[in-house]
Amino acid sequence: MSTIGRELLSGWGHTAPSAATVARPTDVAELVSLLDGGSGRGVIPRGLGRSYGDAAQLAGGTVVELGALSGAPRLDQASGRAVLPGGVSLHRVLREVVPRGWFVPVTPGTRQVTVGGAVAADVHGKNHHRDGAFGRHVTRLELATPVGLRSTGPDDDPPLFWATHGGMGLTGVVVSAEVQLLPVESAWMLVDTERAEHLDDLMAAMEEGDDRYRYSVAWVDCQARGRHLGRGVLTRGDHAPAAAVPRRRRGPLTVRAGEGLRLPVGAPSGLLNPLTVGAFNELWFRRAPKRETGRPQPYPAFFHPLDAVADWSRLYGPRGFMQYQFVVPPDRGDVVRQAVSELSARRLASFLAVLKRFGPADDGPLSFPIPGWTLALDLPVGPPGLGELLDHLDELVAGAGGRVYLAKDARLRPELLPVMYPRLAELDLVRRRVDPKGVLRSDLARRLHLGGPDGTPC
Amino acid sequence: MLDALGRPQSVLLLGGTSEIGLAIVERLVTARCTTVVLAGRDREGLAGAAAALAANGKVTVHTVDLEATDPASCAAAVQQAFEVAPTIDLVVMALGALGDQATDERDPLATAEMIEANFTGPAALLAGAAARLVEAGQGRILVLSSVAGVRVRRANYLYGSAKAGLDGYALGLAESVRGTGVAVHIVRPGFVVGRMTAGRNQAPLATTPDAVAAACLRALETGAPITWVPEHLRFVFLVLRHAPAALWRRLPG
Repeated sequence: MSTIGRELLSGWGHTAPSAATVARPTDVAELVSLLDGGSGRGVIPRGLGRSYGDAAQLAGGTVVELGALSGAPRLDQASGRAVLPGGVSLHRVLREVVPRGWFVPVTPGTRQVTVGGAVAADVHGKNHHRDGAFGRHVTRLELATPVGLRSTGPDDDPPLFWATHGGMGLTGVVVSAEVQLLPVESAWMLVDTERAEHLDDLMAAMEEGDDRYRYSVAWVDCQARGRHLGRGVLTRGDHAPAAAVPRRRRGPLTVRAGEGLRLPVGAPSGLLNPLTVGAFNELWFRRAPKRETGRPQPYPAFFHPLDAVADWSRLYGPRGFMQYQFVVPPDRGDVVRQAVSELSARRLASFLAVLKRFGPADDGPLSFPIPGWTLALDLPVGPPGLGELLDHLDELVAGAGGRVYLAKDARLRPELLPVMYPRLAELDLVRRRVDPKGVLRSDLARRLHLGGPDGTPC
Repeated sequence: MLDALGRPQSVLLLGGTSEIGLAIVERLVTARCTTVVLAGRDREGLAGAAAALAANGKVTVHTVDLEATDPASCAAAVQQAFEVAPTIDLVVMALGALGDQATDERDPLATAEMIEANFTGPAALLAGAAARLVEAGQGRILVLSSVAGVRVRRANYLYGSAKAGLDGYALGLAESVRGTGVAVHIVRPGFVVGRMTAGRNQAPLATTPDAVAAACLRALETGAPITWVPEHLRFVFLVLRHAPAALWRRLPG
């Protein structure tokens, strides 16, 4: 067992760091023994640290890194079922399965997440309106819990299975997940792009046409105001058939490393601030085609443009940043409009604002996506009044029957959590069963009183 | 836990009846804080402050006896505070006594007591609190220093020299906790118009307890290690710190 001393950990937003003992078990048996909770100060797993807030840290406790769970994915070529170790990144999974004609069923905006993290956050991608979140494609989970190894599936202890999807690591450590992959003919996408001069036009275009595409997402300019309020660029597409991709010596299922990546920031030397973000947004909006159809694009450029900029999260400076992501029901697009309008009026720099329509929800009591509109934006820490503004937006979101995404959250008021996630008791029930001593907890669980005030099931 | 904007859920106020300290706590309660521990000497005052804070029914308030001039009491108070509220995120050091310079300055016992109340006791308390927070893996310490300690003046050198000691201690403490998840914020107000200074001549660039409290929350949010209230004092003292003694002596306030 290689237990390293204390380390200071934070999420991708670099806010609210805390110190914990970091353990790197070398096999599953060691992992299970770590979960017996001997120290009494709790344990939480940590993947690649891409949660923005405090989900994968535990002040004073033990944080388990998943290096031991990083063997090769096992793919059944005929069926597309793959057993993915919990500590493996989607980057590695894609690298192994795409050349064999398969694709991950759901990918978030970065490949640098582990399979365990994808399950724990029940991540969604540009295809949520059609394919749901990650958990919908998982057929079996092998979990290490404080009461030992558990195997669970949609028809085999469904409460444990679904509480784990979106459960933020509080029901156990994902040792492996069996996932149904998506067959693809190429490593390319065919992409349609259109510009909308106003948020209303953008949302109308999405409502009208999203169903024709597997993937759809819009990038919103939160700096534009007045008649350009919420102007945006809508990109939609699907996997390209083999015949439609540029001819390659090594065939349609390969892309060169870094191919087709257009860096979203020209020179990441200076800090992102309202001035540079404003200039970037203007440039980015202007360079997007007014309307373009069927443009071939390698999949990394389509799904993971920011992965090309190593450590982009540092660009926001030493104070760090928050990502605010909420979802509201389909008929509450007004909350999206109000959020964009209040943020643009206050000139709170947001480099990335992403708008998407979610389809039907999955069964996880803490799974974030519900049908409706989701808006995600980056907000650097610093501007006075930002905390109060976000508290105010939380109230609007909760009042509309929406919620914020726990994998992004670093600041929600705990009293709003049960309003946003009314099925919290189901998670508690599962945690009491697989973690009777309350070993699994995190700074996020403690901050939001997930379970009791100390973050353990009550 | 602290959130991304440095807002605590549980605070320990050392100097539990301090006007500035309570102004800070009130703002913290409005933001996120639901557990408050008030430590101080004046039991009646503590009970009154606790009742006021608990009035809205959303805050749990505990009180702890503390006699800052007694090191044993300092150690016991920290222990008791973390027993009643094990998840304290923020420790606010608001202890202090202005004393009466004119009568104290030739009196060995009164002089010692001024230094104990403003420096020795606070340092002992901070040592104990820092140990707890470092062990917990996360926390903040907010130390109310004073411009009186930046360059000590004839008119209040007992208070000023003790604050100078505390300020230096806090700077060292801040370095010692780097990388532990704990951070120290030093706040240096100018003349604060309030109960503590009632009846004294107001100095230029005076401020109020509420303005100091607002600046403290801002420091927690931005992570600023040193905050001056009002902000201009940073630049004023950049000059005054090096002003010739003959000039310094003649300045008003």
